[in-house]
Order: sequence, then structure tokens, then C-alpha cells
Amino acid sequence: MGDLFVLVISCIFINNILLAQYLGNCPFLGTSKKMETAIGMAMAVIFVLVLAGAITWIVNQYMLKALNVEYLQTLSFILVIAALVQFVEMFLKKSIPALYAGLGIFLPLITTNCAVLGVCLINIKEEYTFVESLVTSFAYAAGFGLALILFAGVRERVLLARVPKPLQDVSIGLITAGMISVTFMSFKGMV
Amino acid sequence: MIPAILLMSGIGAVCAIVLSLASKIFYVYEDPRIAMVENCLAGANCGGCGFAGCSAAATAIVSGKAPANICIVSGKAGAEAVGKVMGVEIGNAETPLSYNMCEGGFRAADKYHYMGVTSCKAMSVVFGGKRVCGVGCIGLGDCVKACQFGAVSMGPKGHPVVDEEKCVGCGACQKACPKNIIEVKTLSERIMKFNQKYDPLAPCAQTCPAEINIPRYINQLREGKYKEAVQTIRLRNPLPLACGRVCPHPCETECRRGIEDEPVSINQLKRFVADYEMNSGSRIPIKCAPDTGKKIAVVGGGPSGLSCAFFLRRIGHQADIFEAMPKLGGMLRYGIPEYRLPKKVLDWEIQGILDLGIKSFCHVKFGVDFGLGSLMAAGYNAVFLGVGAWEDFSLGIAGENLDGCYTGINFLQRISGGEKIKLGRTAAVVGGGNTAVDCARTLLRLGLDKVYMVYRRTRKEMPANEVEIVASEHEGIEFVFLAAPTRVKGDDKNKVTHLEYLKMQLGEPDKSGRRRPEPVQGSETLLAVDMVISAIGQSPDSSFKDQDPQPRMKELALTRWNTIENNPATLQASIPYIFTAGDAATGPSLVVEAIGGGRRAARSIDLFLKGEAVEPVKDSLQKKRIHESIFKKVDGIKKTSRAKQPELHVNERLDSFIEVDLVLPEDQAHKEAKRCLNCCRICYNPDTDFPIAKKAG
Repeated sequence: MGDLFVLVISCIFINNILLAQYLGNCPFLGTSKKMETAIGMAMAVIFVLVLAGAITWIVNQYMLKALNVEYLQTLSFILVIAALVQFVEMFLKKSIPALYAGLGIFLPLITTNCAVLGVCLINIKEEYTFVESLVTSFAYAAGFGLALILFAGVRERVLLARVPKPLQDVSIGLITAGMISVTFMSFKGMV
Repeated sequence: MIPAILLMSGIGAVCAIVLSLASKIFYVYEDPRIAMVENCLAGANCGGCGFAGCSAAATAIVSGKAPANICIVSGKAGAEAVGKVMGVEIGNAETPLSYNMCEGGFRAADKYHYMGVTSCKAMSVVFGGKRVCGVGCIGLGDCVKACQFGAVSMGPKGHPVVDEEKCVGCGACQKACPKNIIEVKTLSERIMKFNQKYDPLAPCAQTCPAEINIPRYINQLREGKYKEAVQTIRLRNPLPLACGRVCPHPCETECRRGIEDEPVSINQLKRFVADYEMNSGSRIPIKCAPDTGKKIAVVGGGPSGLSCAFFLRRIGHQADIFEAMPKLGGMLRYGIPEYRLPKKVLDWEIQGILDLGIKSFCHVKFGVDFGLGSLMAAGYNAVFLGVGAWEDFSLGIAGENLDGCYTGINFLQRISGGEKIKLGRTAAVVGGGNTAVDCARTLLRLGLDKVYMVYRRTRKEMPANEVEIVASEHEGIEFVFLAAPTRVKGDDKNKVTHLEYLKMQLGEPDKSGRRRPEPVQGSETLLAVDMVISAIGQSPDSSFKDQDPQPRMKELALTRWNTIENNPATLQASIPYIFTAGDAATGPSLVVEAIGGGRRAARSIDLFLKGEAVEPVKDSLQKKRIHESIFKKVDGIKKTSRAKQPELHVNERLDSFIEVDLVLPEDQAHKEAKRCLNCCRICYNPDTDFPIAKKAG
């Protein structure tokens, strides 16, 4: 149990998928202009990542390993994740319309989110068990959400600041992201 | 290699099968029209419609939650395409445009030095902004940043300028502005805007009963944009030619320049641009909102009726005017003599109003030729009563019915109508108002040898316009002040020979602030005249109330002055679908007052026809002053003399009805316009190199 806790802390803070591993930067910059969209995106990522983590672990364990074709990981995971997201979208639309309306347009966007694929691949590389990969998937997604929401908060403030013309909008966004990333480095010695 | 290919194909096949099954199992019916509608929208995802993106807007349109024309960006073409998909007719919706009310810019001084972030929103949090003016533009351009279409830019004078070509009316600037200075409005909303407590208004614009944006049109005149100036006036006043000639311009009394110097001759400038249009040979097109299909009967073709019909037409309703006299114009035509307002000018102006598509029916009298019942049966949705005040008060003295006695409005009306009246050689006009002066000056032009004006107070108390009094003095009218007529004496043929009056002296001031005249006993004096005209005031002719057979008419309440009772803020009468303004509602008053009333009534009628509650304008000023905008002294004024009213020489004007007051020449008008301080609520442009934005401390 203690190990799992350490895993969670490390995934959220130390190895934050956005700020330490630099994965999933497109939604990080794209959906962080408003707090509202940032929260929607964070929720959708958590939802999809946990599902994707589970299903890719199964695919890897019982298909790729069994057939000794682990080099197909990337290819097959993309296919599986894409199909999964499509499936989940249809499922939600029919069964849980409220959740579908809440996640809205963010679900299909996640198909192209490299953070999702990245976490799945990390899970395999670190040879986590099924439970561990579920936990890491959730924790990474939570870390993604945390970073995104923090960043959105900062960007809303930056909008009110005097920014030199050439640095406006995305430029200042990248600089801010870099600074937040540096602050997250300070978690390095924790575990 | 083979297992890999097999595996990938396998996974692919499984995914495909699962998805295809899922799409069957989890199938949710989606209206195919949503996709079609979405294709018609602009795809800008601007959020101008209030929905999260075009796809959400399309869903809302198909589910009937949004009208087909909600997408502002795709415009009329887009709305028509959507209408085709949805199978509905697209009414000609009005496109709103962004409009900036504050023109203060840098002019208001700073209260404090601001070092915070460059955003209006942020600055407005600190004491509502650094400028002394509490309502004006902060000038950091949140609206500029908010506009996705590049239509708003920060102008050189420190307030935003809207490029109407680029503006799509999405409303982003309005949402961004913390001061409600920039507003997105349709033409109708702009026409139906009334002065409110928190508006950036100059003292003159607060005073004008028609609420014309005076500084704006003077500024346009100064820039040589005469057409735009006329359009600015026409947003509030459909009769600039008539008003430019006869208005006693209460605005000039409040002119800020007048505190240190002579006030700007505002009305002459109005007349200048209005005459410019008339003399240019072509009419400036007047924009109207798309038709709404509602019909309103306007009873009375005077200034209030014309104004009400004009504004109703401009916001898309159909207004038909019913007039008892042979021609439209009311008191403008029949009460104001030719030498003040030539009939040719009035005809030209009225034709411009009728050209908008207003029908008029003349020579039909309300209560006699038609009534409330016939109007309702003809499908009119509301009635405007602007029947004016045409009944002269009588003097109540003996001999009033002798041959040679006339009453003021009746006399003027008969002369204007071209009737030949038997004239005498000398006449006495009783009264001190404008009607009395008009009668006296008209008599002089008809060739009488001597005209006396008999008034019971002194010249100072005369309610007539000062310029009119001066003109009549020039023309040789003799004033008999402090005289109260007691009797008209006639000869054995019942012809007037004398007017007997009692001399008066001034006592204590009464309620109106004028000193009350008291008779001097035994001071009866005889004035030898063979005509007596009494022009001591009028009241509305309410005979229609008894003549109309419609029982509903009994519900129409009248005041004790015989005017039609109404709610002074909405002008709705005691019968909900009747609205009233002008002299019929206020008693004899100014033309410009009737024009303002006509527009206010048009607003209420519009609300009534839309089925909304007819409520007064919130925080409406209605000629009340904004306290902080009334100054005691004004810095930086160099005294310059006011443009003189050019007029016909006395010798030329006495034996004709040629217009006396002439229009300002162009250079003079420009010179006069430059005297305008272009005031706003508290800002103004001083003449000197006064530091415009005074820094605090």
C-alpha cells in the first residue's frame, strides 16, 4: 500500500506528465486559456486514461507478450486507444448523457493526446502490475489535471498583465509553462 | 512477421466490429438537419450567439431553442440558408452594431496616478477608474481586445472607434466594457433610446425635450459631415427644418459656454444643416427597420403625430396619419405664420416623412368622420392621439362677440388656410404669448395701420420668445403693458370701436414666480381699435369624446384642463391601447416638446404591440438635470460673440409674408460650431491651450 502511495506522489508531482515529462503539451496550451475548459479537459483525461491504462495493459499482457511482438506496442496502442475513445463516446452519449454533455467536445480531442499514449507505454516499460498501472494511470491523469488547472489560473491572470507585444499569448504561455515546470523540479528530492 | 500482421489485423478487425456494434447498440437519433444547419453557419466559433460554438448553436436552432438567424457572423445569407434547411421564413432581422456613447476620451482629468495592469476591468475595480468622470470611457481598450473581427480600435482622442463595416454585432465589446459605454444596439434600439441618469450627456442634450445629441451633430457639422449631422438629428427629431426655425431652444439656456460667454447658437446650426439638405436637392435616405406587420393609427398630423408616426415607421411598424385639417402639419402649418415657417419648407419636410411609407388621410375628423370603433375594425393595433390644443380660451368680457373680434389660433388658422377675413385699420391683440405675437405680426403684414399688444404684466414677464418680441418691436408693434381688458365697445352696427382696459400694477410674485398684476381701481382706459384678437391660451378640443359612438370612449379620462390624462412616463392613456402626446396631453407647449413626446409614445406603443409591459424607461431623465454636469464656472473660455441671426430688413418684410429669419452662411456656421465646447457629462474642450487631461495633484 505504501508503495502505491509513493507511486501516486511520484506520478503526480515528481514525474508530472506535463511538467516533468513534457507530454501532452498541445491540450496544455490549447485548453488552458479558460478555467472552465481546463477543468473539462482534466476530467476527460482522467476518465480516458484510466480506461486506456487498463485496456492497453491487457492487450500487452495477453496479446503482444504472448505472440512475442512487443515491438508493435505503439502501433497497436494507438489503434486501441482511438477505438476505445470512440466507443466510450458512443456509450456515454446513450447511457450517461449528463456526463457526455459535461465532457463535451474534450473526449474526441483526447484521441490525439500523446499524454494518454505516453502513460500507457510507461506503464508497460516499468512492468507495473495491473493494479499498479491502474493507479499510475489515474495518478498521471490527476497530475495532468493539476498542472492544467494551475496553468489556466495563471494564464487568466497573465491576460490582465502588461505583456510586451512580441511575447503575447502563446509565447508568454510557454514561458509561464517553463517556470511552472522549474518549480515542479523542486519535488525531485521528495521520494 | 506473419504473427505481427495477423495480430494487427486482428486488433483492427475487433475494434471495427466492436465499434460498428456499438454504433448500433448505442445509437442516439440525431436530427440530420443539425449537420446541415452547422454547414450554413460561419464556423467562427465566436460565441456571439451565446452558445458554445457553432455546433451547439446548430443543435439549439434545430431543437427550436434559438431562432434561425441567431448567427450574426454569417449574416443574412447564412440565416436564409438555415431557414431553407429548417423550412422557415426568415424575417428581415435587424443587425445590431456596436456604438460608443462616451466621447470624453482623454478630456476628463485623472483622480489618481494608476500603475496597475492595462485593463479597463482591472482599473474599474479601483474607485471605478482613474478618471474624474464616473460614467465615461476608461480608455484601456478592453473592447478592442475583445473584438474578434478587428472592428474596434482605440481612437486618437482616447475613446474607442467602431468600424461599422467590420462590426458584426456579436456583443463581445459590450460584455468586455465595465462601464457600459460601448453598447451593441440595433437601429430600433438606438432610435428608442431615452436619456438616462448614467448617460454621458452634455447639459444641452439633457435639456432638449426631444433629447437630440447636440454635441455630436455640432461636431459633425464642424467636420463638414452635414449629412451625418442631419442623420444624428433625425434619430430624435423628424422635423429639423421646422424646429430650426421655430424652436425657442431651451438647450441654449443651459449651454455651458453661456456660463462665461454667450451660448452657442445651437438652433441656427440645426437649421443650417437641415437647410443644407433641403437646398442640396436630394434627400438623405432615412433607414428604417424591417417591417413588423403591425398597424397604428395616428390621430392628428401635427408635430407630435408626425414624430410618433415617423419613429414608429423607422422601427418597422406601419403608421397611418388621420388629420382633420386639409393638410398635415397641425400648428406648424396653421398656427405658425408663413413669415416664420414657410409652407414650402414645411411641405418639403412632411413629404420626406411620408416618403418612408406613411399613409395620411386628411380632412377626416376624429369622432365625426371616424372613431375608435372604426379604427379598431380597420385592424389598427394601437391608437396615438395627438389632436393638439386648438380651442382658444375666451376673455370672458362683455362684447366679445362683436363684429371684429377674433380668437388667436382660430384667426391664424383661417389666415393660413387662405381664408379672406374682413380686416380693420387698427387692432388690439390681447395676450403675451407666442400666439399673440404671431397674430400681431401677421396683422401688420396684412396691411393694418396700427397694432397694439395688450398684456396684463410687463415685457419681462411675457412668455413669448425673446427674439419674437424684439422682432415685433422692430416692426413697430405698440405694446400696452399692465392692461387687463374689461370690455369691448361696439357701435350701433355691432362693430368694434374700442377696447376698454383697466390699468394694473405688479404685486407679489405668484406660484410661477411672475409678479401678480393687480388692477388699479378706476383706471379704465379706452383704446380705439376696430379689431380685437384674444390670444390668451388654448386647450384641447375634446369634443370627439362625446361625438364618438364607441362606448369604450367613455373610459378615456381627461384632466381638468381638458387634456387627455396619461401616465407622464409612458404616455399611455386610461384606455391601454391609446397613447397621447403633444399639446393634447400637455396643454399648449413647444413643438420640440411634442416631438419628444411623439417618440416616447412610439416607444410605449412598440412595447405594447410586442406584448411587453408598458413600463417607463429606467432611470429616465425626462429633462431633469444631472447634478454633476451643471457647472458654476467654466475655465478656459475666450469670449467670442455669438453668430447673429441674419434677417430680412424691416422695410422688406412688413408688406409680405417672406420668411424673416435667414439661414447662417456656411463660414458663419462653421465659426459658430467651433464655439461649441463639445461638452459631455463633465468634459469639455476649452478654447485655450488648457491642459486637457489635468493630472491630479
